Amino acid sequence: MAGVIEQIRNVCALGALQSVVAIERAIPIIHAGPGCGQKLWSGLSNGNGFQGAGYVGGHSVPCTNATEQEVVFGGEEKLRETVANTLKVMDGDLFVILTGCTSDIVGDDVGEVARSFRSSGAPVVYVETGGFKGDNYFGHELLWDALIDQFLEPAGKAEPGLVNLFSVLPYQDPYWTGTLHTIAGLLRSIGLIPNVIYGPGEGVASLRKVPKAQFNLLLSPWVGLKTVQRLEEKFGTPYLHYPTLPIGATETGKFLRAVGVQAGIPSETVEEAIRREEARYYYYVERSADLLFETRFLPGHFVTVADSFYALGLTKFLINDLGLIPEVQFVTEAVPEQYRPLIDAEFARFDEGLVSPVHYGADGGTVRDELARRTFRERPLILGSSWDRVTARKLNGYPLSVAMPVSDRLVLSRTYAGYEGALRLTEDIYSVILSSFQ
Amino acid sequence: MAINLDITEAPTRETRLGSITGYSGTLKDLVARTGCGASIKNGDRTFSQASSCSSGCAQTLLAGIVDAAVVNHAPIGCAGDTVYHNIANQYGRFYREWGNKNIQLVNTNMEEQDTVFGGTEKLREGIREAFRRFAPKAIFVTTSCASGIIGDDIKGVISELTDEVPVPVIQVSCEGFRSKVWASGFDAAFHAILTGIVKPPVRKRPELVNMVNFRGSARAYIARLFGELGLVPRFVVPFATVEELATVSEAAVTATVCTTLGSYFGTALEENYGVPYVKAIPPHGVAGIEAWLRGIGAAVGKESEVEALIDKERAATDADLAELRRRFKGKRAVLGMGPSYAQSYLGVLEELGIEVLHAASWHYDPRYDYGEQPPAIVRAASRENDITFSVGDQQLYEITNTLSRLKPDLYFSRHPGSSVWAAKLGITAVPVIDEYTAFGHRGLVNFGWRIVDALTNRNFVTKLADRVKLPYSGWWYGQDPYAFLDQEAV
Repeated sequence: MAGVIEQIRNVCALGALQSVVAIERAIPIIHAGPGCGQKLWSGLSNGNGFQGAGYVGGHSVPCTNATEQEVVFGGEEKLRETVANTLKVMDGDLFVILTGCTSDIVGDDVGEVARSFRSSGAPVVYVETGGFKGDNYFGHELLWDALIDQFLEPAGKAEPGLVNLFSVLPYQDPYWTGTLHTIAGLLRSIGLIPNVIYGPGEGVASLRKVPKAQFNLLLSPWVGLKTVQRLEEKFGTPYLHYPTLPIGATETGKFLRAVGVQAGIPSETVEEAIRREEARYYYYVERSADLLFETRFLPGHFVTVADSFYALGLTKFLINDLGLIPEVQFVTEAVPEQYRPLIDAEFARFDEGLVSPVHYGADGGTVRDELARRTFRERPLILGSSWDRVTARKLNGYPLSVAMPVSDRLVLSRTYAGYEGALRLTEDIYSVILSSFQ
Repeated sequence: MAINLDITEAPTRETRLGSITGYSGTLKDLVARTGCGASIKNGDRTFSQASSCSSGCAQTLLAGIVDAAVVNHAPIGCAGDTVYHNIANQYGRFYREWGNKNIQLVNTNMEEQDTVFGGTEKLREGIREAFRRFAPKAIFVTTSCASGIIGDDIKGVISELTDEVPVPVIQVSCEGFRSKVWASGFDAAFHAILTGIVKPPVRKRPELVNMVNFRGSARAYIARLFGELGLVPRFVVPFATVEELATVSEAAVTATVCTTLGSYFGTALEENYGVPYVKAIPPHGVAGIEAWLRGIGAAVGKESEVEALIDKERAATDADLAELRRRFKGKRAVLGMGPSYAQSYLGVLEELGIEVLHAASWHYDPRYDYGEQPPAIVRAASRENDITFSVGDQQLYEITNTLSRLKPDLYFSRHPGSSVWAAKLGITAVPVIDEYTAFGHRGLVNFGWRIVDALTNRNFVTKLADRVKLPYSGWWYGQDPYAFLDQEAV
C-alpha cells in the first residue's frame, strides 16, 4: 500500500487527458465529476511552467460534469449525449473519452458508448482512467493501449528511416515540447525521419503514421515499454529501448550510436554528426571552464527530486560531464516493481565508478526528512520541483526547478536534452548560484 | 431558514438556496423570476465543458490557514489544485514578509484496493501523518468523489483518533459530484470552521471587523479606511491562524469583499453569536464601497465618521473618474464572473461609463442564507435598460459564441482559464484576478487606468488572434449560444 503524499509531483491516471491535449487536433472528452479537468490542468499545465490551455485544454475540454444523478442512475446516457454534441461543436480529428472515479466506480459501460460512435464512422476511442487506478504515468500507458486497440490501423509496408519517438510525458514534463523537438533534431542529424506525435506539428496525422515506422524509439527508463511492446505485437515494429534521457556530450553520443546501430546507419555518418555537434558544444564548455575552475562559486553535492526520466538523465550529466558529486536522488513516480532493478542498475554505473543512492516515492515529506538528516559540507545543488525550494533554502542550497510542479518559471521551448540542452542547464545552474548573492 | 450548525455537512447551494447554473434571458427577467414568492428551475445542458468543483473552493480556503493542516482523502489527482494553492500561499507570504513555506496538506493517495475494501486505513494514516509532520492546531479532512461514493466513515475514523490526535479534526464534505455550484465548497469549508473551530465569545471586541476575503492584497488600504472609523480588520480565512478563527465570534461586525464567498459565514455568525453581517452590495466601485462602509458604520454606530470618510475619498478620486469616463465613451463590454462579481461589476462598469452588452454569471443564488435576493443584482436590475444575462458554470463554448456575435471592445472575467479565450478572439481581455480590483474609490480609479492601458496597446491580442484558431466548428458559430441549454421558456 502506497503511503500518503505531501506535495504532489504528478497527478492521477486521468491526467492522461493532457497527453491527448498535446496531440494537435485530438480532443479529450472527460466523463467525470465537474472539478477533475480544472484540477488536473491546473496542476500539470498552469502551475507547471505555465504551459497554458493550448488548442483545447483547460475549461474548453468537453466534460459530462457528472453529478449525483449520474452516480446513482449511471452516466452512460449523459456521456452519449455529450459525445454526440461534442462531434458537432468541437473541431477535431480524434476524440478520446477519458473516465474518472465516478464513472469507474459505478461501472458505466463506456466501451459500448465509444463503439457505437465508432461504428457510425466517428473517430471516438475510450480509456478508463479512474483516478484511483494509478498515477498519470500509468494513465498515459493506458491511453496508448486504447489508441493501439481502437484507433491505429495496420500500414502495410514500413517507411524506411521513419522513427516514432516515445519519451517524456507531455505537460507532466514542463520541458516536453523543447525536448521532443531536440531529440527529433538529433535523429535528423543522422539521417532519420522522426515522427513526433506531440506538440507543434502534424498531430493526429502523425499518430496515424505510427504503424508505418521502421522502428519505435523508446527514450525512457520504463514508461512506454508496454506501449512499444504492444506495437511490436500488433504491427511487427521493432523497438529500441534507450533508458536515459541524453543530456550533454557523453550520453548524447552514446544515444546516437545506439540509434545508429538499430537503424543500420553507417557508423561514419553517426560519428561525423557527433564530431560536428561536439566541436560546437565544447567551444562553449571551454568558455565555462574558467568559471568552474577559477571562482569560489561552486555547488556542493547535488540532489535530484524528479521522475525517473530526469533523475537519471540529470544525474548522468552532472556526474559524467559536469564532474559533480551525487548525494542522493529521489525518483518520484510510481515505478512498478519489475522495472526497479533496471533503474537501480543505471544509478550504479556512472563514469569513474561512481554510484548514487536512489530513493523511490512521491512523498515530499520523506524527501524533506531524508535531506534534513544528511550533512552537507558545501551548499548543495537541489534540482527538484518548486516545492523543494523551501527545503533548499533551509539547507542553504541552490534550488533549480526542473520537475513538476515548476511554478516559479515560465517554460516555452526550453529543454535540457541533447547538446544544446546541456549548455542551457549549465547556464541555469550557475545563474542560480551567481544570482544568489547579487 | 436558519443555518444549521448541528449537522456535519452544509447542504449544497442547490438544496439550501435553489441556486442554478443554467439560465439564458435578461437581467430583469432573472430578478423577477427569483423574487419573493417566485422560483426558477435550473436549465440543464446537453453539452458541457469542464467546470470546477466544491473541493477546490474548500481547499483554497483551508490550505491557507497558517497553522492548520488539510488531509485530502482522495486519489492523487484531487490534489492537482494544491499546486496553485501553494503559488497563492507563497505570493501571500511574500507580501506579508513571512518567509518561504509550503502549504500543509497531505493527500491519502486512494487506490483501487481502497475503493474495494474502503479507504479508512489510508485516512487514519493521513490524519496521523498530518499531525506528526505539521503539529497543526487543527486538521481538516476534505472528501472526494471516490471517498463519497464508496461511503468511507470519516466521522468514525475521526472519533477513533480523538485521544491520539489531540486537536480538532473536522470533516469537510466537498465531494465534486454533489453540487454543480463550486461555491458550495466555500460553505463546506466555513461549515467546518463554524462547527469545529469557532468558539463562543469570551469577551466582545467592539473594534474588530471579520473581513472575509481570499488573499488580502488590500490590507493596508482597508486598515487605513477602518482606522479612520476606529476599527481593526481581521482577514479570514487564508493567512489567518486557528486562534484568530476561533474568536471571530468576538468581533463587532462581519464584512466581505465577495458575497458569494462570505454570506454563509456572515449569516451564521449573526444567527449564532449576534455578530452583525453587512448585507450591502460588495465594495467595488463608488456605490459599492459607500453602501458597504455605511453598512459597517450602521452596525458599529459610526455613521457620521463614515460620511466624513466617504467625502474625503470622493474628493480624492472625482477628477480621475471624470477623466476615465471621458476616455471610455462609446466602449462596450461583456463580462463573465462568479455571481457576486458579475453583479457588482455591472455597477463598476457603469460608473466608468463602459456599456455592458451581456453579463454571464458562473452560477446564481436566487437568495442568500439570510433570506433575501442578492442586493447587487436587485440594484443592477433597477436600471432603466435591460441587458441579456446568462448563467453557466464557465461554459466557454457559450461565451465564445456570444463574444463572436457581440464583438465587444472589452471582456472582463474572473476565474483562471476564461479571459485568454477572449484574447484569442482578438478582444481586449481584462481579467479580475485579485479580489480587491476596483475596491473602493481609489481601486476603481486604478482599475480604470489599467483598462486604459489595456486598450492603448492591443498588439499582443490582435497579432495572436490573427494566428490562432479556436477549437469550435464553423457550425457552432452559426447556432444560438444557448442552443444546448434546456430551460423553461423565457
